[in-house]
Amino acid sequence: MNTVRQLDRVVIRFAGDSGDGMQLTGDRFTAETAKLGNDLSTLPNYPAEIRAPAGTLPGVSSFQIHFADTDILTPGDQPEVLIAMNPAALKANLRDLKSGGTIVVNTDEFTKRNLTKVGYEANPLEDGSLDDYQVHPVALAGLTIAALAEYEVSKKDAERSKNMFALGLVSWMYSRPTEATEEFLRGKFKAKPAIAEANIAALKAGWNYGETAEAFAVRFEVPPAKLNAGTYRNVTGNTALAWGITAAGVASGLPVFLGAYPITPASDILHELSKHKRFGVTTVQAEDEIAAVGAALGASWGGALGVTTSSGPGIALKSETISLAVSLELPLLVVDVQRAGPSTGLPTKTEQADLVMAMFGRHGEAPIAVLAPQSPSDCFDIMLEAARIGLAYRTPVMVLSDGYIANGAEPWRLPDLADLPDISVAFATEPNGVDAKGEPAFLPYLRDPETLARPWAVPGTPGLQHRIGGIEKADKTGDISYDPANHDHMVRTRAAKIAGIDVPDLEVDDQGDADVLVLGWGSTWGPIGAAVRGLRDKGVPIARAHLRYLNPMPGNTAEVLARYDKVVVPEMNLGQLALLLRGNFPGVNVVGYNQVRGLPFTSNELQDALEEVIKNG
Amino acid sequence: MADAVKLEAPKLKAKDFKSTQEVRWCPGCGDYAILAAVQSFLPELGLEREKIAFVSGIGCSSRFPYYLNTYGIHSIHGRAPAIATGLAVSRPDLSVWVVTGDGDALSIGGNHLIHALRRNVNLKILLFNNRIYGLTKGQYSPTSEPGKLTKSSPMGSVDAPFNPLSLALGSEATFVARTLDSDRAHLQEVLRAAAEHEGSAFVEIYQNCPIFNDNAFEVLKNPETRDEAIIRLRNGEPVRFGAADGEKVVVQSGYGLEVRDAADVDEADVVVHKADVDDPAYAFALSRLSGTALDHTPIGVFRNVARPTYDKGVRTQVDEAAAGVDRREALDRLLHSGDTWTVL
Repeated sequence: MNTVRQLDRVVIRFAGDSGDGMQLTGDRFTAETAKLGNDLSTLPNYPAEIRAPAGTLPGVSSFQIHFADTDILTPGDQPEVLIAMNPAALKANLRDLKSGGTIVVNTDEFTKRNLTKVGYEANPLEDGSLDDYQVHPVALAGLTIAALAEYEVSKKDAERSKNMFALGLVSWMYSRPTEATEEFLRGKFKAKPAIAEANIAALKAGWNYGETAEAFAVRFEVPPAKLNAGTYRNVTGNTALAWGITAAGVASGLPVFLGAYPITPASDILHELSKHKRFGVTTVQAEDEIAAVGAALGASWGGALGVTTSSGPGIALKSETISLAVSLELPLLVVDVQRAGPSTGLPTKTEQADLVMAMFGRHGEAPIAVLAPQSPSDCFDIMLEAARIGLAYRTPVMVLSDGYIANGAEPWRLPDLADLPDISVAFATEPNGVDAKGEPAFLPYLRDPETLARPWAVPGTPGLQHRIGGIEKADKTGDISYDPANHDHMVRTRAAKIAGIDVPDLEVDDQGDADVLVLGWGSTWGPIGAAVRGLRDKGVPIARAHLRYLNPMPGNTAEVLARYDKVVVPEMNLGQLALLLRGNFPGVNVVGYNQVRGLPFTSNELQDALEEVIKNG
Repeated sequence: MADAVKLEAPKLKAKDFKSTQEVRWCPGCGDYAILAAVQSFLPELGLEREKIAFVSGIGCSSRFPYYLNTYGIHSIHGRAPAIATGLAVSRPDLSVWVVTGDGDALSIGGNHLIHALRRNVNLKILLFNNRIYGLTKGQYSPTSEPGKLTKSSPMGSVDAPFNPLSLALGSEATFVARTLDSDRAHLQEVLRAAAEHEGSAFVEIYQNCPIFNDNAFEVLKNPETRDEAIIRLRNGEPVRFGAADGEKVVVQSGYGLEVRDAADVDEADVVVHKADVDDPAYAFALSRLSGTALDHTPIGVFRNVARPTYDKGVRTQVDEAAAGVDRREALDRLLHSGDTWTVL
């Protein structure tokens, strides 16, 4: 009988070659953990190459999960458990592992040739270099092949199931149920039942190995977290974002039209929405990024909710068309799933360095609304907000997600759709003015006095035929105008329209004793939250706030910032929000904390940095 | 959509399609003739004005939508086919037209043009080819002849030009035609055929720019040369032309076509024009009869074949999937799909 020990939280990292199926393994472990009721957060990390040379350091793919019996905010700074499928995975990830941590290692791959490939002169399993860790050497491939000897699968297919053996073993170690994974495998390999059964057998063999092998004396349990009542699911940012777009179609009653060109890490949004035609969602995979946004804008003109999704390099290409949308004053949702740049940069790694591009990366005075989700599940809500603003104010809205949010997952308390906001639109159907002769006429740039939005008359509406274009338009009539005073008026009016967008106030979390505010935006919400908790646990006072609305910023922003001696702004860029704050709020003492390593902040480093500012100024 | 065309077609006139905007092309521009021809042709569509949308890019020709009393977008350089694709896919009840020029469609917007044609989106694309950049005041364009002297090529252009029809045919276009700004009857005949075609229709209109490239098509317009230079294509009829110094015919030659004196050719060897030949090689060979000197220039419909359209394909999938779906209920089911758990 094994001993069972209770833990409050664990961080596990699965690491292997990109061909070893580590993302799938991590996904399944996540699903099991979610099912058990733990709170969790995940961080997939994989190379840009689809299949880098096998067994090499650049080919290592990993998946980290942090799960706990309390609510948590990040995928964890340091793993306590490392599953290493080969020497490259061990070498690439060992430096992150907590001292004294557990390593489950696939010994079958520790051949002289594989060790040499990654620069190990001696076998680390034998030379004492892992003495500070608890190492469990397991012949994962050999055991899997042996377990599947009776199954009608090739040796190669049997060997490929070793990730399920590993999953079975780790599931046993942390007392996770595997039934859902068995169901999943039957579905995934529906066309190949023999492969499905082999994978299930490998999964069970891994579980049984844990139970019988004497090496594993202790088993762990992490009890369910006390989350708010409701129905939960696990969701990645890209999925939640795609569902948010779908929901915006339902909430507005408009057909959704997505124009997109494949690009990492945004392509999954295109894939997801392509599956949802039943909601009246049309997806066009365009010939390039420019055509993708052009088609979306054409559809918006026609009365659809036009959307385009991309990453930084694609957004740069769309810039001219977004400016046209500013001039046409039509709704257009633009999603930038940011990745590390410039240029191709690190396509699978995260960064927040497109904020200034989102704000100003167009020609002329071309302001647009800019929003940023703060977590994977927030991507759902942020798209509803983006649609609300775009439709009500007839403007392009940029949504800044990033690679961390897009691929990371967290439990999401499912919304009650009865609470779905009504964001329906009234198209223009009648003339709204008179022409020079006093006849009833349609004035496409006569504005709503409240929102400054212009009427949206879709082609096909009798009697409202009109022409719009990129040339400056005369106020009200929309006719071509080269008049200097009119241009000045129109530029200022478009700016006033964006500045006047109704956004909720900034919420401040201050226990009443803080002199320093930490202000974040986007995906740093989790790490900042964890760092703030850490500081408060130590008795260090700090206030925090998070901007989901970057343009316009909430109306109380100036007042909030003015309350604090210092405002620390952690960003995964070299200070872009800080630049905006210094420009907009000159009296505020903004202190930047910046990293551009392609990875999210760890809460520990952030906590240390914040403490440094608080204590030493 | 069944309600796209009203059964009782309104008796609209050319003047009903004129907008209130002052037309601002240079005096003598070929665009005036094209505008007048289009305005007097549009009533033939039998559609209410609001059911017609014109989308243009940038360039002299792209001012076109401002002068029509329909819905219109004057967009950005080269992107009209992309914007029109979004509109055509989402609004099957509209008749969507693209107006573009040789620089707009073939240079900055080349990519969108070829992809619209290969997809066979239901768009009517009118390319005004004046073989020069007009709005930017006279640089050589992708259809300018080699050696062209312009402001940006003072020693003569070293660019090799596109043959727009060859490009369209290479892009799998299902309808390809050419006409002239100055021949209103022919222009309208081609517009009619284009309008009737389901899918992308590509119409090259030779258009004179009197300021920067005057008389570029003189050989096709001068009564002394035009009969010998123009080959009028008529479906089902032998391809013959010319008058003054004897009749000419088009015959097969090697892998292509060539012009011969009719007197030297057996009647049975004269090519009979068939725009609906599935193999684009024939239309391509026709497009190669005229070089940059325009010596033997076929006009009319080169190719007109049926192929499923992109926009209908996209809509069919969405319509089939969405039929009878309660979207709110389906959204609830989507959110609850897969692994979920409940906390009490």
